[in-house]
Amino acid sequence: MSGDLRRLAPLGVYGAAILVAFALVGGVLAGFGASPLECYEAILHASFVDPQGRSEVLRRTIPLLLIGGGLTVAFRAGFLNIGAEGQLLLGAVGAAAVALFLPATPASLPAMFLAGAIAGALWAFPAAWLRTHLRVHEILTTLMLTPVAEYLVVYLINGPWRGEHVRGFSYTDAFPERLQLPVLEGTLVHWPTLALGAALAAALQVLLTHTPAGYELRVAGSSPKVARYAGIPIHRVVFLAGILSGGAAGLAGAGEVAGIHHRLLEPAQVSLGYGYTAIIVAWLARGRPLAVLLTAPLLGAILAGGDTLKTGFNMPFRIIDVFSGTLLLCLITAEALWARRERRGP
Amino acid sequence: MLELKGITKRFPGVVANDRVDLTLRASEVHALLGENGAGKTTLMSILYGLQRPDEGEIHLDGRPVRIHSPREALRLGLSLVPQHPLLVERHTVAENLILGQRGSFFLPRRPHQQPLPVDPDARVEDLSAGQKQQVEIARALLRGARVLILDEPTSVLAPPEVDQLFAHLAAIKARGVAIVFISHKLDEVLALSDRITVLRGGKKVGERERRDATRDDLVRLMVGRDLLPPTAVSPPGPGVRLDVQGLEVDADNGRRAVRGASFTLAPGEVLGIAGVAGSGQRELAEALAGLRPFRGRALLDGESIAGCSPAALFARGLAHVPEDRATGAVPALNVAEALALRTYRSTGPRLDLSRMTSEAERLIREFRIAAPGPETPVRLLSGGNVQRTILARELSGSLRALIAVHPTYGVDVGATEQIHRLLVERAAQGVSVVLVTENIDELYALSHRVAVLFEGTLRGPWPSAEVNVERLGRLMTGKDAA
Repeated sequence: MSGDLRRLAPLGVYGAAILVAFALVGGVLAGFGASPLECYEAILHASFVDPQGRSEVLRRTIPLLLIGGGLTVAFRAGFLNIGAEGQLLLGAVGAAAVALFLPATPASLPAMFLAGAIAGALWAFPAAWLRTHLRVHEILTTLMLTPVAEYLVVYLINGPWRGEHVRGFSYTDAFPERLQLPVLEGTLVHWPTLALGAALAAALQVLLTHTPAGYELRVAGSSPKVARYAGIPIHRVVFLAGILSGGAAGLAGAGEVAGIHHRLLEPAQVSLGYGYTAIIVAWLARGRPLAVLLTAPLLGAILAGGDTLKTGFNMPFRIIDVFSGTLLLCLITAEALWARRERRGP
Repeated sequence: MLELKGITKRFPGVVANDRVDLTLRASEVHALLGENGAGKTTLMSILYGLQRPDEGEIHLDGRPVRIHSPREALRLGLSLVPQHPLLVERHTVAENLILGQRGSFFLPRRPHQQPLPVDPDARVEDLSAGQKQQVEIARALLRGARVLILDEPTSVLAPPEVDQLFAHLAAIKARGVAIVFISHKLDEVLALSDRITVLRGGKKVGERERRDATRDDLVRLMVGRDLLPPTAVSPPGPGVRLDVQGLEVDADNGRRAVRGASFTLAPGEVLGIAGVAGSGQRELAEALAGLRPFRGRALLDGESIAGCSPAALFARGLAHVPEDRATGAVPALNVAEALALRTYRSTGPRLDLSRMTSEAERLIREFRIAAPGPETPVRLLSGGNVQRTILARELSGSLRALIAVHPTYGVDVGATEQIHRLLVERAAQGVSVVLVTENIDELYALSHRVAVLFEGTLRGPWPSAEVNVERLGRLMTGKDAA
């Protein structure tokens, strides 16, 4: 095999895994009495041809871009943050606090994002601290903090933050108009957040490959023994990577409430499980933050496909969870098989 | 009895075995000799069913066999004694021996076997490396091994244990077992084998009966050229570079691993520290390299190194070649990045990638690292070249002292020669070297003075001419009162 071909081989493996996932999910779709091919055609059409659908994909891409970029870095450092969903919600809470309780000024929108990032980072803080100081595994702590975040939001919108003009509904008052992000005409694409996500991906890529801090992160993540040997402060590096991924998820949460909902509302409405889907986004990016510019739209299309299946084929929207779960499973399996093949030889 | 014919195994970009033939007879020790990366391990993994050959056949008792898995290999009577024992540490020797024995639903309480070399009720974790190896060998024989494959069996042993192992293997051979002895140590191969097959670059380059083999002939086959004569060690300079008094260091489990080590080193002096594996070498080296807290005094050019990070110590001229290569270089990074591990901080807020690359190109040339280029991932390099990479990095600072732990462990003759030369050169330039090694030849070839660690206590140092190998062996096993 020539060098170029070998570099492409993993892509082929991923392509095959994605096809297998589509085939498996096809079985589920057939179980609903729909033709899988028709479903996929509809999704493809809605995602890439229909302008309305394209903007839906783009809208779903925004939070995935932000969270996925942060998670890519965290995974690279060996911090398996799978609680981005909760950190996103806290980001929404932070942004809402600024919008609802501070006077609206020109600095308010940036302040909302800042507050969102801080709140998201704070939500990742216990998990990061426990991991680096007491070796408590972050998979458990980050995951378990997510329902806590959900019920915190539920408490706020039913209790102290419940709006005065919302009648029976459980949400806060709307944010003042000047604290609502601009969107592309006729869509829900809040482009400032989109730009922020793209900029973050690029910045993280530079951080990782072009700075001493990124170098330390890569060494600490892939080989803690070497990091210790070279005097790299592993704990600090892992801790900061964890906090950073929480902050990025917080930005996504701030973007969702400032760009789309303009208020804090039910957790399931704030996020369509972006925090979980972004795990796949980061996984697919293979440790390269810039690659989320490709993988986030891919998963965005799958999320948007859920709407298509719901409206066009009368399926539950949550079919997309089956979709993304199957996809992740196939990708991880393909990766393990590929590694095994490389080890054993053909 | 066993015949490998035309075995070929290709990995992406490299042919690990190229039409290799190998014949094993009953009651012989057949040495497989070759540098690292020569294809010894691949050949044996194929024989043991861990890898499948692309071409070639294996015949057992004249019949072709296909070995798909280690289980199949065991069924056919082929047993591999791995370099590092795979025993259940918490279990007793007897329990480990029973492991893998089948036949009835209930396990026998005791393995029925001829005299065991070790107490069957001892826990494996309490055994020495040599004893663990004996247990591995006994287990293989219990399973009815007709062919015993030993992968670098002496690398974990002290000299007296090597003698014991060889005596034991001679007895096993006499019972009709064929033994494959994988090694790159010439003296051991000459001492033990009946026949010697030499591999180089994946090809079989020669086969010799023991009586026809000479050292020089084998070296030429292995390396492809004659070795250069060893560089003479220069006398050390005046003054004190490293001053260590009453050093005490704890192991990870909190037990005292080094119980009072004291020595001084002059500029340009090499102190060789010998000892059976696990006698405190690792902790001593790590304490001196800033990786482990210690009690006592340790001064580099008169200033204490207590509490200094490894990075700060490197800046002060103290380099460290760590015990295992996986500690010295990140497999996932490329050569240029691995070489930058000590200097990446110095380029300001941005990594100077072009300087890293040009520096790597220079070091690859200077240290003869066999890598296609600075972008090659470290994990694709052979052991010897990873070690060259680590040395290139550690030796290219402004060096005053070097802690080198097993610097040539598991590397081939060519790399060993080069590493020895580098150490001697640096010492001649005034670098003090603490050399921790299990290789006695290396110890004597490089050291001005030698010391021995036994159960955490440092004996010596003495001028190396004053301690002969026999005494050193006794010191290493605690049998010498001095």
